[in-house]
Amino acid sequence: MVNKGIKKLYTFLIFLFLYAPIIVLIVFSFNDSKSRGVWAGFTLKWYVELFKDAEILKALYNTFLIATLSTIISTILGTFAAIGIFNLPGLNKKIALNLNYLPVLNADIVTAVSLMALFRFLKMEFGFATMLLSHITFCTPYVVLSVLPKLKQMNKHLAEAAMDLGATPFYALRKVIIPEIMPGIITGGLMAFTLSIDDFVISFFNTGNGVSNLSIEIFSMTRRGINPVINALSTLMFVGMLIMLLIINKRTEKNELERGV
Amino acid sequence: MKKASYPYLIWMGIFILIPLFLVLYFAFTVGDSQNLSTFQFSLANFKRFINPIYLKVLGRSVNLAVVSTILCLIIGYPMALIISKEKARKRNLMILMFVIPMWMNFLLRTYAWLTLLGKNGFINYLVTKIGFQPLDLMYNDTAVLLGMVYNFLPFMVLPIYSVLVKIDKNLIEAAEDLGANKMEVFSKVILPLSIPGIITGITMVFIPAVSTFIISSLLGGNKSNLIGNLIEQQFRWTGDWHFGSSMSIILMVFILLTMALTSKFDKEKEGGGGGLW
Repeated sequence: MVNKGIKKLYTFLIFLFLYAPIIVLIVFSFNDSKSRGVWAGFTLKWYVELFKDAEILKALYNTFLIATLSTIISTILGTFAAIGIFNLPGLNKKIALNLNYLPVLNADIVTAVSLMALFRFLKMEFGFATMLLSHITFCTPYVVLSVLPKLKQMNKHLAEAAMDLGATPFYALRKVIIPEIMPGIITGGLMAFTLSIDDFVISFFNTGNGVSNLSIEIFSMTRRGINPVINALSTLMFVGMLIMLLIINKRTEKNELERGV
Repeated sequence: MKKASYPYLIWMGIFILIPLFLVLYFAFTVGDSQNLSTFQFSLANFKRFINPIYLKVLGRSVNLAVVSTILCLIIGYPMALIISKEKARKRNLMILMFVIPMWMNFLLRTYAWLTLLGKNGFINYLVTKIGFQPLDLMYNDTAVLLGMVYNFLPFMVLPIYSVLVKIDKNLIEAAEDLGANKMEVFSKVILPLSIPGIITGITMVFIPAVSTFIISSLLGGNKSNLIGNLIEQQFRWTGDWHFGSSMSIILMVFILLTMALTSKFDKEKEGGGGGLW
């Protein structure tokens, strides 16, 4: 059918559009020349150099450390916040929710400069701590937003029943509520991690004194030309993520088959 | 249970509310940005902004953001529709393929477009092979637009897809049984039901598009200034935090107005708070 052909072509073109720059990056990570646009033969030297490049490895370390720390902190903070906000009375709930929405709706550059103003006002030294605090600030709202729907779906009486049977509120939280909303917590945590790893704008304004992450490193490189080492690193990260995703995908598929869905 | 929210309420006060008030305070004062005691109330920053040079930049930013949002919608909607009609297995795989590019640093992906668009780039290589003159693709508004559509397309496709895939198939069958043709099924059933997804998509594309300064500085060259670039310059280079803050406030008001406008079309708003309006 013609219709089907058009759909296939359209899908192909969109994916070509999405993946074209990624293919370029991967191809040029094997290019035996520093300049982009000229193909000078196959090499693996950028992969070798990657492991000698102290600056990039340091940036990589910072990126993952910040992402891990801000994911853990914002997931805990956000989960408790969601449970608390969910149980707040009317108007307070609305105010808290709207306040939580602000960083999501606002332009990231505005969030970035407002945090920069705060840190300057508090006379904090710009560096790792300010970067971490700002990452937690922009990640937590997403955790709250992904936990809230799960709380709405949960049976209200479940926690009450647990407490009627003698559970303390904390015990009910740990044994009943948290397991029930776990999928939301995991989604929120994954989102926080991805957002933190990919962030540039907020890190750019809220770091200092030689503390940089990969985005900042790449941004400064775009002025003097990207070092192909970065292409090599991205290729490795890309392949890593891909393998991880495929494994997760296979597993859920297997689970679905077993459950007979 | 509500006590669980207290730590975050305090956090929001310190890291969301106070910073915004600080920006507001900066916006309505002049003085030495580094010395609070020299601050004086003034509207000078806003007056300074009402100047053809700056207004033109704001106009350009809004214009590019609107065009890229529309392009994302036109390109993304059919894609979301096609994906939502696939079988579950293929559907999940296709959505995954939309998400995967986002896991590669977006600066790097945007930068890679230079290799494709450049004078000796891949696209021009093909164009000259066919026998045409090489095109001037880099460092202009078209390049910026392309960068925006490229970066923000998934943010349009994903929310629309997630609404489309939940539409009750019985509704479509019912419409068909009642004699609706394909066009009518789409315009009277599918499209109205997908409006919440469209609204989310529009906000998720428009906000980053109107405030970006990376895409314009990477693909637009030096001539392409957007409001995001102006704010960045004031804070990072010129050091006039007062003027920078007033521009941030203007940008914020602009975004909030757009949100208010789009949410008017979203009748199926969920109750119980959420959303500023």
